[in-house]
Amino acid sequence: MTEHTQAQAHAHGGHPTAGVYVAVAAVLTVLTVTEVGVFYIPAFHPILAPALILLSASKFALVVLFYMHLKMDNRLFSALFSLPLLIAFSVLVALMFLFGVFTL
Amino acid sequence: MAHPASAHSEHYTTTGLDSRKIAFWAFIGSECLLFGSLISTYLVYEGKSVSGPTTHQIFNIPLTSFSTFDLLMSSLCMVLALAAVQRGDKIWQRVWLASTAFLGMVFLGCQAYEFTDFVHKGLTIHTNLYGSTFFTLTGFHGGHVAVGVIWLLTLLVRSFQGKLGPEKSLNVEIAGLYWHFVDVVWIVIFTVVYLIQTTPIK
Repeated sequence: MTEHTQAQAHAHGGHPTAGVYVAVAAVLTVLTVTEVGVFYIPAFHPILAPALILLSASKFALVVLFYMHLKMDNRLFSALFSLPLLIAFSVLVALMFLFGVFTL
Repeated sequence: MAHPASAHSEHYTTTGLDSRKIAFWAFIGSECLLFGSLISTYLVYEGKSVSGPTTHQIFNIPLTSFSTFDLLMSSLCMVLALAAVQRGDKIWQRVWLASTAFLGMVFLGCQAYEFTDFVHKGLTIHTNLYGSTFFTLTGFHGGHVAVGVIWLLTLLVRSFQGKLGPEKSLNVEIAGLYWHFVDVVWIVIFTVVYLIQTTPIK
């Protein structure tokens, strides 16, 4: 494959358009504003942690899927990212139980 | 033996994927483990300090919310820079790369202000467990942002030298992967460290 065709492959590699990128940024902004709103509004305090984790996970997924192109890129890249992420999350949960932050 | 010029710029593997991109995703995977351990350490020691102020008492949520928004917008600029490089648009690639680097520097400025404010309020990395884990976690993240800004400025210089055409778009894509990863780490830190608190601000 020549440099030219490689460039074409990258240019037409199924990456989203600028409009999609802007739309994702708008959703990320709304989610961030919602996060801060949930934090400041006392009525949400009983569900503060689950609500914030859900909002944060949504933002995380949007950036990874659209800006890092995992939604349309090869699945090997998803595996290279997801497996260590899963290990890191498992370590975090295990330490929370080990140090008594979480209890059964 | 001499190779064609194209052979030097491509690093394809038996998977059909570029080895540089595979290697960089593996690097990002290792970074997940690094930040996972730092965040775990922070959470384990949260509330275990016996003296000194905790960051819960001295947080500046409006400032941190602004820097979070700033970093999210820098990610938008980064993908727009990549799109400009892929279509060979030299003007807009420079505009978006410069914007991304500028927003990164704004983030670093906010972090420097926050750290200075905390130190003036009596919380340093030596004060207590909370200070140690907080400054280590956010300091490591800030270090990553600083590296990203330098990387972006390097790309900007290459663009002005006329050496950042569509054939080099993978270089920008890899820099973008790094930048977006730094962004997603901050998304987690903003929620876990700043917003999910024992005593929310009333």
